[in-house]
Amino acid sequence: MARLSSRDDLEALRAQIVERLDPERKAVAVCAGTGCVAYGSYKLTDAFRAEVERLGLDVEVRATGCHGFCERGPLVVVYPQKIFYQRVQPKDVVEILEKTVGEGEVLERLLYEDPVSGEKYTYEEDVPFYKHQQRLILGNNGRIDPTSLEDYLSIGGYSALAKAMFDMGADAVLEEVLAAKLRGRGGGGFEAGWKWKGCKEAPGQPKYVICNADEGDPGAFMDRSILEGNPHSVIEGMIIGAFTIGSSHGYVYVRNEYPLAVERLGIALQSAREAGLLGEDILGSGFSFDIRINKGGGAFVCGESTALMLSIEGEVGEPRAKHIHTVEAGVWDKPTNLNNVETWANVPHIVNRGSGWFSSIGTENSKGTKIFSLVGKVNNTGLVEVPMGITLREIVEKIGGGIPGGGTFKAVQTGGPSGGCLPESMLDLAVDFDELTKAGSMMGSGGMIVMDQNTCMVDVAKYFLDFLRFESCGKCVTCREGLKRLWEIVDRITRGEGREGDLELIEELSECVADASLCALGGTAPNPVLSTLRHFRAEYEAHIRDHKCPAKVCKELITFTIDAEKCTGCRVCAKKCPTGAITGEKKKLHVIDQTKCIKCRVCYESCPTKWAAVVVE
Amino acid sequence: MAQVVTYTIMGAEHEAERGTSLLAELRRHGYEVPSLCFNENLSPYGACRLCLVEVKKGRRQKLTTSCNYPVQDGIEVFLDTERVQRNRRMVLELLLAQAPKAPRELRALADRYGVTDIRFPLNGDEECILCGLCSRTCRELVGVNALTFSGRGDRKHMGTPYAEGSEVCILCGACVHVCPVSCIDLSESGGNRRIRRWDRELPMLVDEFGVPTMTTAQAEYMARRTGMPVETFGTLPAQRRSEK
Amino acid sequence: MDTAQVDRIIDRYGAEKSSLLAILQDIQGEEHWLPREAIGRVCERVGVSLAHLYRLATFFQAFSLEPRGKHICTVCMGTACHVRGAPMLVDKLERDLGIPAGGTSDDLEYTLETVNCVGACALGPLVIVDGEYHGNMTSTKLDKALKALGKAPVGADAEPEE
Repeated sequence: MARLSSRDDLEALRAQIVERLDPERKAVAVCAGTGCVAYGSYKLTDAFRAEVERLGLDVEVRATGCHGFCERGPLVVVYPQKIFYQRVQPKDVVEILEKTVGEGEVLERLLYEDPVSGEKYTYEEDVPFYKHQQRLILGNNGRIDPTSLEDYLSIGGYSALAKAMFDMGADAVLEEVLAAKLRGRGGGGFEAGWKWKGCKEAPGQPKYVICNADEGDPGAFMDRSILEGNPHSVIEGMIIGAFTIGSSHGYVYVRNEYPLAVERLGIALQSAREAGLLGEDILGSGFSFDIRINKGGGAFVCGESTALMLSIEGEVGEPRAKHIHTVEAGVWDKPTNLNNVETWANVPHIVNRGSGWFSSIGTENSKGTKIFSLVGKVNNTGLVEVPMGITLREIVEKIGGGIPGGGTFKAVQTGGPSGGCLPESMLDLAVDFDELTKAGSMMGSGGMIVMDQNTCMVDVAKYFLDFLRFESCGKCVTCREGLKRLWEIVDRITRGEGREGDLELIEELSECVADASLCALGGTAPNPVLSTLRHFRAEYEAHIRDHKCPAKVCKELITFTIDAEKCTGCRVCAKKCPTGAITGEKKKLHVIDQTKCIKCRVCYESCPTKWAAVVVE
Repeated sequence: MAQVVTYTIMGAEHEAERGTSLLAELRRHGYEVPSLCFNENLSPYGACRLCLVEVKKGRRQKLTTSCNYPVQDGIEVFLDTERVQRNRRMVLELLLAQAPKAPRELRALADRYGVTDIRFPLNGDEECILCGLCSRTCRELVGVNALTFSGRGDRKHMGTPYAEGSEVCILCGACVHVCPVSCIDLSESGGNRRIRRWDRELPMLVDEFGVPTMTTAQAEYMARRTGMPVETFGTLPAQRRSEK
Repeated sequence: MDTAQVDRIIDRYGAEKSSLLAILQDIQGEEHWLPREAIGRVCERVGVSLAHLYRLATFFQAFSLEPRGKHICTVCMGTACHVRGAPMLVDKLERDLGIPAGGTSDDLEYTLETVNCVGACALGPLVIVDGEYHGNMTSTKLDKALKALGKAPVGADAEPEE
């Protein structure tokens, strides 16, 4: 692509690209997000390309970013009809090309079938998972090849940048972002416009603009999908931000565990540079700005803005006090504006469609849409983009399709390690920043983990404390020692060694950890244990007083036995038991020696489901 | 020219240079605020959390460490509030459980602020409170960088790279002097100085009376820093290590 | 790892403090650990103390100061994977590989690690073996993967006797 030296060049090129587009063009879009790639989608793309060539067909094969419905991958959408196929295998490729692409015939077996009603859906927009979403940010993932700048231009890419630089100017853009009340999507929920304003007005050069793509909350992968599926949308947002603030240097700090996101972002940056959309004198505006990628080193705490900035400087990620805000003194003590990936991706939409449009979506204080990763014990695992104000119940039941295997909903955990668990009684809560905080959790970056009756809430609290204890930078006594001691108490409880007074001690210590620690890691660390105590206290008490784990998870409090009525003496469990704890002759009842059993669950898993003779109590 | 600001401590008005450490100012005016990881000659760290105070700025009042809080115009500082005391006591309890060999400095603080019970399992024979003063001294004042934190979270540890005797350590003993809980041992015998904790032992120079003065490495270091000949150091009277 | 190799990596980013993480990541990427001589060379060229580099290398989980095994098994410990049974998989791998999580076998054949989320939650619980993602893991499926590594436990092929 030739370098674009002006807005006219950009629009002329766009017109050419759009003119070449044929809405009736036959194409197959194969999802190539990390999830589907793990399911083998590259093999699928290769198979399609090979067959198209062999058969000499005029069909475009496009490897796209994440479509969001990860549970049903590999996903393939057939254009122009937008027929939605799920769980596609390479052996289906020939038939898809011949029947669906060739004749418009639908292959029933590949359609999504609702597990409850049995109804099948042909078109993407009708599938219940997608129907109830509002996919402003993620919607384009399925339409474009993330490694193609041309594809991004064909859907209007970089028109917001041109409008911002040539029609509006920095002050007008700032006014729009402020009026839109765009709140940070990374967890803090702080209004982006105010950060931009603070940074713009702070004295000092150079100014820095950062995209926080560390996405450390376990269970959250929204940012990964945006970067893998539509990296230019983030780049465009950052350039607009940098232009508004007056910054010349940008960084995208990407989590080390996201190699595909790093790769696709790198390709996008390079093509943007070659096209003159990044670097010196962007589109002939006189404004220069470039972006560098920094990879994280595997430290959750580096998602905290001061720690992230220190790590860019080549220091360890130990947060520092924010008595002077980072917008005034951030990286190398220069004015720095940091925003999350999803926040940046919203910016081009706000510029193009206006703050009025943006603030018409959502609630009073939480505008726009939010992407959630709906995972755990839920039927339709994947990425869900919905307007703020939708209820938890709609997300979990309507979009998520409820709990698999006939299970019962027990809790949904939001906000990652800084958030909390909400019980069934709170399912009608409207999801927005303030409502979730009031309920004892928080929005966080958007992770939503659904739990069922087989999840022990005390074990969940222990899990988060273990995570935080390991990820704490270790500076503050209250965080480092406090989390260790909280873990010790909860661990004792899960092992049946809980004592009277433990719960009160947890509460007292939690208050200190939250109050007296320096940064938000320590400040929010007690939330998981406190929210589970608040909503599931009886479960803790059962562990302490009755030495029982109602969900049958905590090893020391459960026993595995073999049901005499169901066992057929097939010998599988005895052969697999790692400690030789199971004895029995062929076709005779098998018995587990409790003194040797290490509660590893292998017997429980390997007993054929038609008998399911191993019982947990 | 430094800006002078006005602020209050417990309602009383004071003046200070903008950006000075609040803890340093509080102590200058004779207020009692405990701390373990603060030293006026070094950059503040904010690890021990003992120097907590409450600061009101505009409409917001928050709990903060005072060592790394830069004094600003119009702030109102409150000491020993219920919130401060509650947190301080828990911090001391956590520190005593972390370093149960309970060096007298820690015990004295516990007694002073009313911490009697330790409700957490004791951490064996540990003495180090991870305040970082030793490594900050080694880096910022001595400049040889022999000591560092390693690891993270509750595995954080203070020591030398690869836990071996550091080649750059000159055994000057500055770390020994600055440690608030006196847990760095220094001994001299057989003409050598040794710090067991850092696994380092070096030969010493003696003055004309045969009294050990400093390590040969220290003399070389001083020669480097001052530009004076190395013979100037370690062999003249009045260069003996001062009595402990 | 020879000096020229390290220098090449340093020159890729520039011998500055702000490039340290990227330099270490590339060394880790090529060698699968951070050899001591490489660390020494970086200190020399960038002009930072060994103490500083040691601190960085031990703070970030991505780095290993010990050689790692030829085969690396990584279990994702994200929340979704946890509620779907990841801890049981870690226990099994510790038993069957004979090494603790985070450790490497004495013969440098196997390393077992945990990682705090790779963002493939729909596939949880997830185990990555030599770079390949294996989703919806069960102990039976894990037996197959272990067999391919030559570490199948006793009873891995057990079938019900009728």
